Amino acid sequence: MNIKINGKILIAAPTGEIDHHAAERFRAQIDSAFEKSSCRHIILDMKDVTFMDSSGIGMIIGRYKKAESGGGKLTLSNMSEAVTKLFNISGLAKIISRAENTQEAIIKLGGNIND
Amino acid sequence: MIKLEIEALPENVAMARVVASSFITKFDPTVEQLTEFKTAVSEAVTNAIIHGYSDKRSGEFVTLTLSAKGREITAKIIDNGVGIEDVEAAKEPLFTTKPEMERSGLGFTVMESFMSKVEINSKKGEGTTITLVKELGEQQ
Repeated sequence: MNIKINGKILIAAPTGEIDHHAAERFRAQIDSAFEKSSCRHIILDMKDVTFMDSSGIGMIIGRYKKAESGGGKLTLSNMSEAVTKLFNISGLAKIISRAENTQEAIIKLGGNIND
Repeated sequence: MIKLEIEALPENVAMARVVASSFITKFDPTVEQLTEFKTAVSEAVTNAIIHGYSDKRSGEFVTLTLSAKGREITAKIIDNGVGIEDVEAAKEPLFTTKPEMERSGLGFTVMESFMSKVEINSKKGEGTTITLVKELGEQQ
């Protein structure tokens, strides 16, 4: 997983498959980086996710709550067709914002894409 | 028919997906059908491990069988775990007995959305068998 910080935004890009086993690992890594930083918002960049089941949905909801609890927001970027389908089934489309790519997500969260 | 015994460890779900994907690939599914089948099997095997066997992590096994009748592919996921107390409740979207593990409660919703047929047979204290059927339809 790649983690970058852009101002107040933590950008986490999980790589590979997100199932129950991997979700626990990603969750721990993201939360630890988020808590150590002074970030308010989280972007989950899904570009390198090759598979996801409902465990990934649980992980996304958890990070959404994490960002919300500090007054921040969660945005998802670069979602594949398969991930989008799962996202739509979950009903999350109504509450979690999405962006085509990470640049767009940074702009949505008020960050500076040149940082 | 293929029969695979998987030790009930979360890291083994990936292996179940590989075998299920290889099996269905022989029938020339669309990319979408392959992803749906793989995802539904992943949901059922994960449930067997973390709910059926309460995430105890060793010494217990989940059985995955894969079979085909023409272009109708069936996966059965069998555990001898605790069984599902209330099947109707378990099928409700967002219902989960393990919110602390960040389970979304969408496992059965995903299985039902992605498969042609889902059957749940469960007896408290004896275990659960999930039957997932995917009709591939005419070859593309």
